[in-house]
Amino acid sequence: MASAARLPELSAVPWRQLVDASYLRRQGRLWTFFMYCHVVPFIAIGVGLLWLNLLAAPVAIAAFLHAWIIPELYGLRGANVVRARPQSSTAESTAQGLLGDLLNHDARELQRDTGLALQEGELGTWLVGEAGALLLHEKRLYCFCVKATDSELPPSDRIAHLLLALRSDEQGFATVANLAFAGAPWRVRRRLDPGMRDAIDAARRISVRA
Amino acid sequence: MDSTGHSTLAEWTAGDQASCDAAVEAFRRELDEGFIAVVDEGEGRATQVRELPLESELVIMRRPIAGG
Repeated sequence: MASAARLPELSAVPWRQLVDASYLRRQGRLWTFFMYCHVVPFIAIGVGLLWLNLLAAPVAIAAFLHAWIIPELYGLRGANVVRARPQSSTAESTAQGLLGDLLNHDARELQRDTGLALQEGELGTWLVGEAGALLLHEKRLYCFCVKATDSELPPSDRIAHLLLALRSDEQGFATVANLAFAGAPWRVRRRLDPGMRDAIDAARRISVRA
Repeated sequence: MDSTGHSTLAEWTAGDQASCDAAVEAFRRELDEGFIAVVDEGEGRATQVRELPLESELVIMRRPIAGG
């Protein structure tokens, strides 16, 4: 992807380091570390309570539930960045036509079926939704909150705005966007609408080929 | 690209100076309103432009993006 000119939107986030592969790797490891920090103590508490006294089983179960639910909530947070808001209008039909022109045949079909536009980049494989984007990079999925600033735009137009920004400057796009989650793709996949899961599978296939 | 799906702001033909001038004027007006001009080059590449490239077939004006 071309990145000769940086996104002008970067001026709104001058404190952020430009996202590159090593930054993503570091963020991914941090997310995994903090996930363990949340999960391991609760498991230890549950096991410890059971070891001390079986009568503490209800509290131990509550601790195990915490260990389970915290990563699930993070996964849900990641999935929410691409959750689509249903909207049907003449404007959407027009916008869908323009977005279709920006995508190749396979990506167009995938976008119509799943609501996510697939874009291969240097950082990995992107899936762009109306108000967020997923990046599959080295077996981790990074979920970014990012949107076009005009809330009146039809959904396909919102995707097209993001797609053009991504194609103009991939690193700048990832820098402007807010990272909502980084972790195992399966954790996000199962929280997505069933129709969107095919997009994750398609991105993984491309990632494996690359 | 706007709330109607998209609107054609200007069309121009090489050699037709009047249409080119009108297109340049419309282009600058949109830039002043905060739009960002992009030429999609296919194959996942796009270029931002500050001057209207009259040789391009299509120039798309997009809204700025921001973290959500």
